[in-house]
Amino acid sequence: MFNLFDLGKIFEISSRSVKYVFILFIIVLTIGLTESLFLSPEDYKQSHSVRIMYVHVPAAWMALGIFAVIAFLSFGTFIFKNKNFSLISKSLAPSGFIFNIIALITGSIWGKPTWGTWWAWDARITSMLILALFYLMYLLSWRIITNKNSANKISSLIAIVGAINLPIIKFSVNWWNTLHQGPSLKIMGDTTIHSSMIIPLAIMTAAFALFSLLIFLMKFNTEMIRIKSKGLDRL
Amino acid sequence: MVKKVKLRIAFLLALILSIILSLFLILQSLEKDVVFFLSPTDIKNLEEIEKKKIRVGGMVKDKSVSINSNKINFIVTDFKNEINVSYSGSVPNLFSENKGVVAEGFLQDRSYFKAVKILAKHDENYMPPEVKEALGDK
Repeated sequence: MFNLFDLGKIFEISSRSVKYVFILFIIVLTIGLTESLFLSPEDYKQSHSVRIMYVHVPAAWMALGIFAVIAFLSFGTFIFKNKNFSLISKSLAPSGFIFNIIALITGSIWGKPTWGTWWAWDARITSMLILALFYLMYLLSWRIITNKNSANKISSLIAIVGAINLPIIKFSVNWWNTLHQGPSLKIMGDTTIHSSMIIPLAIMTAAFALFSLLIFLMKFNTEMIRIKSKGLDRL
Repeated sequence: MVKKVKLRIAFLLALILSIILSLFLILQSLEKDVVFFLSPTDIKNLEEIEKKKIRVGGMVKDKSVSINSNKINFIVTDFKNEINVSYSGSVPNLFSENKGVVAEGFLQDRSYFKAVKILAKHDENYMPPEVKEALGDK
């Protein structure tokens, strides 16, 4: 259906752009880390442990954002049998999973000094763990199902069902009493993070997005080479 | 081709709707267990005093914290109702008056809670100390 794209041309661009994305990622990450670890102020309440936020929050955003994209593309895969979409979503999943794990681990490290516990079964944390499990199911479904057509179908179903969890994660802190605090950045209304802390947060988010792009391109190129050289996974 | 696409859309819609509805029902009936803690108002409205371990959360009332030896007493409030909490042990760094707290322990009666663990709940405000001071001066 979508063979408008010339895959050869796409591969030409995607294989060449890896090194530029890598250089850009290193630059942005260096700026982001200096900003967030040295230049940004400490918090009035949490002092230096607030710096975990600059890793925790962007990682959680990336995990949610990437899953939303995967779910959207899976919709296209499932309904229109578009295999270019499934190639993209398959290549996006690893970095989303990595960021989900990073968000859980940094949250745990942050929770100990501030809340006084490593882990709590509150709605936000548990729903984030469920998202990690959906990522795992999605990634494993590609591995264990050898028939390409069924792998396509089942993995996209997993992504679509998992997407129901996304609004639950977002609104869990509003719907229920949770140990996790409410949102600081709101779609409507003022943010409750001081501007001197928003800037490093934004730079770190950009760095993480570039990292996702980098991993995505590498994975995508690998898939393309596999298709080209062996005629495997033919589109 | 077009018919198949329509069938697949119908299948997805049915799947998603059924999952959302069942999730909604489950979460609705488990409301009491999904919440991480009860507020003092919830405690007041309890039909019977629960023997098992529960969590109470809210704000630590201003000027209510009293410490003698290693015992600490304070009042948790949600600005409608309040409950006395006693605890012995160390509290997290973020524990202080006018800040959020979650106490885990056993309810003695409707106005007295014996905590075995204290968790601090921090809010969504982040700012440098200078800004906080400037705001405090107002």
